[in-house]
Amino acid sequence: MSGYDLARVRAEFPILRETVRGKRLAYLDNAATTQKPESVLRAMDGYYRSSNANVHRAVHELAERATGLYEGARDRIARWFKASREEIVFTRGTTEAINLVARSFLAPRLQPGDEVLLTGMEHHSNIVPWQLAGAKTVAAPVNDAGELVFEEWLKRIGPRTRLISVVHVSNSLGTVNPVEDIVREARARGIPVLVDGAQAIAHLPVDFPALGADFYVCSAHKAYGPTGFGCLVAKREHLEAMPPWHGGGDMIRTVAFEGSTWNEVPYKFEAGTPDMAGAIGFAAALDWIESAGLQAIAAHEHALLEYATPRVAAVPGLRLVGTARNKGGILSFVMQGAHPHDIGSILDQEGVAIRTGHHCTMPLMERFAVPATARASLAAYNGEDDVDQLVAALHKVVRLFG
Amino acid sequence: MELDELIETFEFLGDWEERYRFLIDLGRKLPPMPAEEHTEANKVRGCMSQVWFAHSLRPGTPPTLEFRGDSDAHIVKGLIALLFAVVSGKTPREIADSDIGEIFTRLGLENHITMNRRNGFYSMVERIQNIARQELARA
Repeated sequence: MSGYDLARVRAEFPILRETVRGKRLAYLDNAATTQKPESVLRAMDGYYRSSNANVHRAVHELAERATGLYEGARDRIARWFKASREEIVFTRGTTEAINLVARSFLAPRLQPGDEVLLTGMEHHSNIVPWQLAGAKTVAAPVNDAGELVFEEWLKRIGPRTRLISVVHVSNSLGTVNPVEDIVREARARGIPVLVDGAQAIAHLPVDFPALGADFYVCSAHKAYGPTGFGCLVAKREHLEAMPPWHGGGDMIRTVAFEGSTWNEVPYKFEAGTPDMAGAIGFAAALDWIESAGLQAIAAHEHALLEYATPRVAAVPGLRLVGTARNKGGILSFVMQGAHPHDIGSILDQEGVAIRTGHHCTMPLMERFAVPATARASLAAYNGEDDVDQLVAALHKVVRLFG
Repeated sequence: MELDELIETFEFLGDWEERYRFLIDLGRKLPPMPAEEHTEANKVRGCMSQVWFAHSLRPGTPPTLEFRGDSDAHIVKGLIALLFAVVSGKTPREIADSDIGEIFTRLGLENHITMNRRNGFYSMVERIQNIARQELARA
């Protein structure tokens, strides 16, 4: 892989020097969460060491520093999506961002029987919030390769469809959905669209205005940033029209017992003391991705997926679940004679960290008639050695359970 | 198999791979659980894979407990077999009064089993203890 300095990338992630069970760590659980580079750790540590104070409405030097860093992070994040800073609402992550849209945007427009159109590969976080808001959830089918059946999806857009929501990259299968086509069709019918970018932002560029979606949601921790932080990117006109959902500090303009008024967007949706370190850490993570080069990372991960796929598929009794043509660095599989949890336990003994379970996509597991899968997922710091370690451990599984 | 015998065997097995192989074999030898006992009510909650327990009381003075169990994961089946080896044929009183969870540490399993699975193991222990207590209360 020319031009990609894997050794240099790895050197920036201190945790990769850990050993587990006396073995070299092959961390292949990146779809669950990625590891954090030095620059992110330093930014967050540095914030607490030299700039910590509560942001906004203070007249002292430290608070000014904190506010500067915090709002600077908003600018940085906005730039990442080519959005304006007013379109970036800070949340605790993807899940909270979807809940915000469900509660504040969708619920007020909902009549009994109204629908949200999803796909069969959605994460529970992109199913349950819509149900809680009172919508009927309709899912378009997924084919045997794990791809959305686009014609069937189109057919399910009906007069009751109030919102369309789709995962950009499937966490269970790696499938990259044709979000540009989905947004185009939705807009042609005047239906708002949300794109769940949790698994996408560390691997694909996202140009929010060019994509034309109404909402884009993501989590920092799946993109080399801290846990508990994420954002909702939303068209400003929606944010202006949406009522606030959490009440408290920072989201108000005036408070009186007769009634209160709200702050401007995006603050209207950010009640309480925010996660300053989280915002700063996320901005540092995006800086890190930019310095390593998103396109270079994507090319590296793609080459590694091409290296891994035939080797993993060649393990006796192993079946890949999710073989979409357009696919991110995720290998989901089941093995004859071994439950995914059995696989995970053996791999753990060999220093290979993967995830086993339903990956919060129970309807998708049902679709593929499996209780769970084992899932290896790639990131910028993975190499052929990680894949080799995985494949060797899988052969051990075969020896033990075969 | 008695507990001391199990521990001896486990200590004799050197590396984790042999211990896992032993666990998997134990699971394979677990008598099959009738299909009609794979019910929602017999499911043990708190396990990452599916686990079912059923039991019956063998008449005697005093009566003893017999357990049947199953899981879709082999390693878990092995853990079930370990537990049953310790409790099957014992009286409800003996089971209720004993610390059956201790076999986990006595076997040195904490070095080989992750936290999630350990919690599942203790869910199984709790279910067995509950069964024993219920039978005691009924007696």
